[in-house]
Formats: sequence, structure tokens, C-alpha cells
Amino acid sequence: MLRIENLTKRFGENTAVDAANLKVDRPMMIGIIGRSGAGKSTLLRMLNRLTDVTEGKVWYGDLDVTALRGGDKRRWQSDCAMIFQQFNLVPRLDVVSNVLHGTLNARSTFATMFNLFPAADIYKAIEILDRLGIAEHAPKRAEALSGGQQQRVAIARALMQDPKIILADEPIASLDPMNAQIVMQALRRIHEEDGRTVIANLHTLDTARRYCDRVIGMRAGRIVFDGTADQLTTAMAREIYGADAQFSEKATSTEIGTLDRPTTQPITA
Amino acid sequence: MSDNTAGSLRIGEVQSSYMAQARRRRLYSGIMLAIFVLLMVAGFQTAEDRNGGSFLGGIDNVFDYPAEVIAEAASKASELPGHLVHFFPALIETINIAAVSTLIGALGAILLSLLATRGMARYPRLIGVFRRVLDIMRAVPEIVIALVLIFILGGGPVPAMIAIAFHTVGALGKLFSEVNENADLKPLDGLASVGANWSQRMILGVVPQVAPNWLSYALLRFEINIRASAILGFVGAGGLGHELKVSIQWGQGKYDEAAAMFILLFLTIVFFDQLSSYARDKLVHGSNAGSH
Repeated sequence: MLRIENLTKRFGENTAVDAANLKVDRPMMIGIIGRSGAGKSTLLRMLNRLTDVTEGKVWYGDLDVTALRGGDKRRWQSDCAMIFQQFNLVPRLDVVSNVLHGTLNARSTFATMFNLFPAADIYKAIEILDRLGIAEHAPKRAEALSGGQQQRVAIARALMQDPKIILADEPIASLDPMNAQIVMQALRRIHEEDGRTVIANLHTLDTARRYCDRVIGMRAGRIVFDGTADQLTTAMAREIYGADAQFSEKATSTEIGTLDRPTTQPITA
Repeated sequence: MSDNTAGSLRIGEVQSSYMAQARRRRLYSGIMLAIFVLLMVAGFQTAEDRNGGSFLGGIDNVFDYPAEVIAEAASKASELPGHLVHFFPALIETINIAAVSTLIGALGAILLSLLATRGMARYPRLIGVFRRVLDIMRAVPEIVIALVLIFILGGGPVPAMIAIAFHTVGALGKLFSEVNENADLKPLDGLASVGANWSQRMILGVVPQVAPNWLSYALLRFEINIRASAILGFVGAGGLGHELKVSIQWGQGKYDEAAAMFILLFLTIVFFDQLSSYARDKLVHGSNAGSH
């Protein structure tokens, strides 16, 4: 289905992603973990073609994604939805309009200028919002919503695209634990109910373990681990995060449960 | 997905109320569009009625004058380099007037814009006063101030400089204050919490945030001021404008000189446009280009 061959991205002298290889043969939920700057975001942005690749190929079936230009590229982008850490909604427009932006690839500039979205799309947008539990916020401006609600609007926009793949770039990094859980559950449910592939960058290990069928570890631009969550040992996690023996998985956790630790470590300043 | 009361509110209601809202908005934008088209058509007809000649009748003559200028300049093309050298000192005088007045005007605009911005003003009650001062400075055309000053002080670059600087304070002050409004006020709170006074808070809290935008507006204003200073030459302020006034008049046979001056002005604008984008880039991204 999705095949990545020797994908490389260089910014000047820095190599952000270094010859990444990956094969996804059936719909699954994939978590990419690694430190900040490991190349996770660049990898996702190349899949969506937000960032141009330096070397290598991305194949979706027989489609050479890296060779697409102009209208073909935009059509691919509408098939490959992206969810961002900072939501990237249009803050001054209402929630439904933001969701309707998912159909922009099929709309002309004229129809967009005069806000002429078909009634069927508007109904569908509100149904998607209802599925994510935020239908009652439909007429509000996106900026009036909380972070977790805004991220669900972004997910609704992604679903409105009716995409083949959903890419999520640190979808929960700006959210509190409660909202993070709601958003991750929504992504998991989309995968299970619609059978869509979801690829999410996560920087906490336990989130990846809990929600993902397959975990990919990146370090300094290279894919250093690819397997199921069970195969991911503590030694491997230390390798991915470049941490020493002091590293424990709980230290990176954002789950509420792990916050109730019986002993607290003294802070050495 | 059960952190709220979506279940109690039926989705059908949400859909129908949003559709009603969308239809209302479409109706409003349709009405606005119709009014706009109507005003344009009606306004054009009014203007056409008041016109001395006829717009459509005269439109094919529009290019006669430029064509004549270009034809005459082309026939004397060999003299063009000489003219460019000859008028260069006048261009320098024009640019000097523009540069000094932009600098003085920008400094005044910085002070007044900070005093006229909500959340930053030293005297919040006087915001309205400072805004009106900016309005007045902007409202008076620079050519009027220049004419009055030339009458008092006599011709020369100084009246032009004062006139352009005065107008620049008003024009830039408004733009600067709009830039200031978009600045983040949190650093100001932080600086106030350590006991910094107003000027310290402005210099350290506001200026670093807004300086790139200030600079790009100031450089745009500099371009406008080069043109303004050329025009003020027409009323006796010296520089390129004075020379242009002499050679641009009909029937003098000096269109080659006029063409040379237009080329000089064009090249100057291009030069400063390139310079400003370079300077702005340096200021926004810092001098260490390797950091990103």
C-alpha cells in the first residue's frame, strides 16, 4: 500500500531524514517516536508533500507520490490528511467552515470566495463533528474553542477529506492529559471503524504503546526501530531517546495514572 | 467521546440552524455585491457626465504623450548616458531630502505611535489626543506645507525636508501603531514586574518584536518620499524635480532629458526596494544564516 524507499531530506548541511525505508501493507495505526529533531515531522511532511524530498521515493500503490506536481500533488494532499500539533485551523472562521475546508480540493476559487459549499457537505460536516462529540460548537469561531476541541475540529477537517491516510504530527503535544486521551481515542476509533491508516508522531512512549499496532523509532534522522509495541524493550527505548540508565518510561508519560507516584524525586538544581 | 452533552442536543437542530445562518450570510454577501456593482456603474456615469471630454472618446489618446516622449528620447538615444551623468547630482539631492525626512519622520512616528497605542501608552488618557495629532499631520498634504515654508524660508531643500518629515510622522505613526497593537504584551508585564520604567519597557519589550515591521514600513515610506521629494522640486525645492519641471513641458524638445530622469528615478526605486528586502531579511532571520 504505502512504500517509502530511501527517503532523505537535507536542509543545507543538516540531514533531517536519512534514507528512511518503510512498508505498510495493510491499514494500521502507526506511531513514530523519537526525540525532538529526530526527523519525525519532516518525514510526515514529506509524505503529505508539504516539504519536498531531497532523495528517495514514496509510493502509494502504483502512484509515485514524490513525482506529483501541481494539481496532481494537491489531489494527493486531499487524499492524505494532515493533523498538526498547533491545530492549524483558521481561527476567525466558524467550526463548520473549518471542517468544510477539507473539501477545498474539489471546490473552485469562485465558490470558495463566495462561501458556496453544497448543503450536503454542510450536513456531512456537522455529522462528523457530532461523531467527535463537538456538534454543539458548530457555529462558534474556531478560536473560541479549547485546545482539545480545536484538535477535534482539525480531525473533523481531516475526515471531511475522506482520506486514504491520516498523518498526525504531534497531535497531543499541546494538550492536557484528559484531552490528549480523547484525541488519541478519536484517532484510534477512526482507524478501527473506517479502516484508515493513521500515522502519528508521538513523543511519549506509553501513548504509542497504548494506541498503536506498530511503533517506529527514529533517532537523528534514521529509523532505528520498527516493530510491535511488545518488541520495544526498555533498552531499545533508551537507544531511541539517546538516554542513559536513569531513563524510565514513566518519566516521559503524560498519562494521569503515572502522575500518582508514591515517591517524588528530589530536584537537584 | 462522552465528555459533553451532545446527546441531549439533536444533531438535526444544529444542522438546520447552521444552514439558516449560512443562507442568511449568503444573502448578505449577495446584497453587498449587488450594491457594489450598482455604485460602480452609477459612479462611473456620474464621473463621465462631469468629465470635460469623454472617457471612452479620449481613451485612445492616453498613450500619445508617453509615445511622444519615448519617440523623442529614442531619436536622441546617444545623448542619454550624458544626461544620466548630468542629472545624477540632482538625484543625490532628491534622495538626500527623502532620506533625512524619512529618518526624522520615523523617529517622531516611533514616539507618537507608542504614545497612541492601547496597552503601551505612557498616558492612556491622552491616546485620543495623540491619535488626532497623527491624523492632522497625515491630513495636510506635504506640497501645501512646502509651499508655505518656501514662502517663509525661501526655496531650497530645507523646506521640502521639513514638509516631508511632517507628513511622514503622521503616515508612519499610524502604521507603526497598528504594528504595535499586534505585539505581544506579555514581555511588558515581565519587564514591569522587575521595576523597569516606561522607556525601558518600550525599548526592551516592544522594539525587538516590532522592529522588522517598522523597518519595512519605513523603507516603503522612503521610496514614497523619494517620489514626493522629486515632486516638491516642481514648486521650488530643488533636486531632480526642478530639472524635471523644466524639461517635461510640451514643445521644449527636452523629452530625452525627461526620459533620462525617469530612468534614474526607476533605477533608484528598484535599488532601494532590493536593499530593503535584504535589510529586512537580515533583521528577521538574524545574521547567523546557518541557524535555520
